Amino acid sequence: MSVAVVVFPGSNCEHDVVYALRALGAEAELVFHRDTDLSGTDGIVLPGGFAHGDYLRTGAIARFSPVMAEVERRAAQGTPILGICNGFQILTEAGLLPGTMVANRHLRFICRHVLVRVESTDSVLTSAAEVGQVLRIPLNSYEGNFVIDAADRQELEGRSGVLLRYVDELGEPDDGINGSTVAGVANVAGNVAGLMPHPERAAEDVLGSSDGRVLLESFVSSLAPVPV
Amino acid sequence: MRFRIQIRRRAGIADPEGATTAHALRELGYTDVASVQFGRDIIVELAADDEEVALKRVTEMSERLLANPVIEDYTVERVE
Repeated sequence: MSVAVVVFPGSNCEHDVVYALRALGAEAELVFHRDTDLSGTDGIVLPGGFAHGDYLRTGAIARFSPVMAEVERRAAQGTPILGICNGFQILTEAGLLPGTMVANRHLRFICRHVLVRVESTDSVLTSAAEVGQVLRIPLNSYEGNFVIDAADRQELEGRSGVLLRYVDELGEPDDGINGSTVAGVANVAGNVAGLMPHPERAAEDVLGSSDGRVLLESFVSSLAPVPV
Repeated sequence: MRFRIQIRRRAGIADPEGATTAHALRELGYTDVASVQFGRDIIVELAADDEEVALKRVTEMSERLLANPVIEDYTVERVE
């Protein structure tokens, strides 16, 4: 149950992710974005931050970092892969997840807890959660507004590829936070998932919320088959 | 050889920076402003003898890295 947490130049959430995964009993190690050998790894996390300075577009340059060829290969093999915030943006640029993120509608950097509702449990990010469960998790992004063209949106919604949706206090979908209701998505196989909020920052009560644990527990439990 | 790549949001993709700027212009009295669109202007200089081959390469660069076809359109032209 070993997770590789990739460090790009400009990543800044890698230690939080390693800490949170280890607290859940998983082995987690940092790997550099130039590493190309991830053998022995059962799962991969692309953490948040500002990889390659977010120059050009978020994730656009990181998507061509040497490690990404291996990430793409492992994604096709079914290895659990999770992108958090900037890591989500890198996965969309790489074409491993649909859509992309643009600037928040109000052009403000958002750094606060938000509510997200679990929409599907058919992924490495949500398998331990329940549909309808509302989680309070910090969002910390400027380019967090998920956009996708109409045909791809239909495909995504049709296959329940939206995992997490921003909701208001009444539990109703809310696009007023950054312009989109979509907070997290998965690929068709469900082994690649990305989300904008930071579950690793809501992994212990002392952080103000432990609602992110169920997402990280899902990921950890997806790493190895359950021993019989 | 130098090429200019102009990148614009695809129609239908929200451009909050453009919308805000259009609003500011109207507030200044330019009430005839219908819309403002922001984009990105990139100049790529490359060693090349054949313009057609170079144009093809710059177009490929635009497709792979410089523009994101999910949200952006682009045009490529040679500049002196």
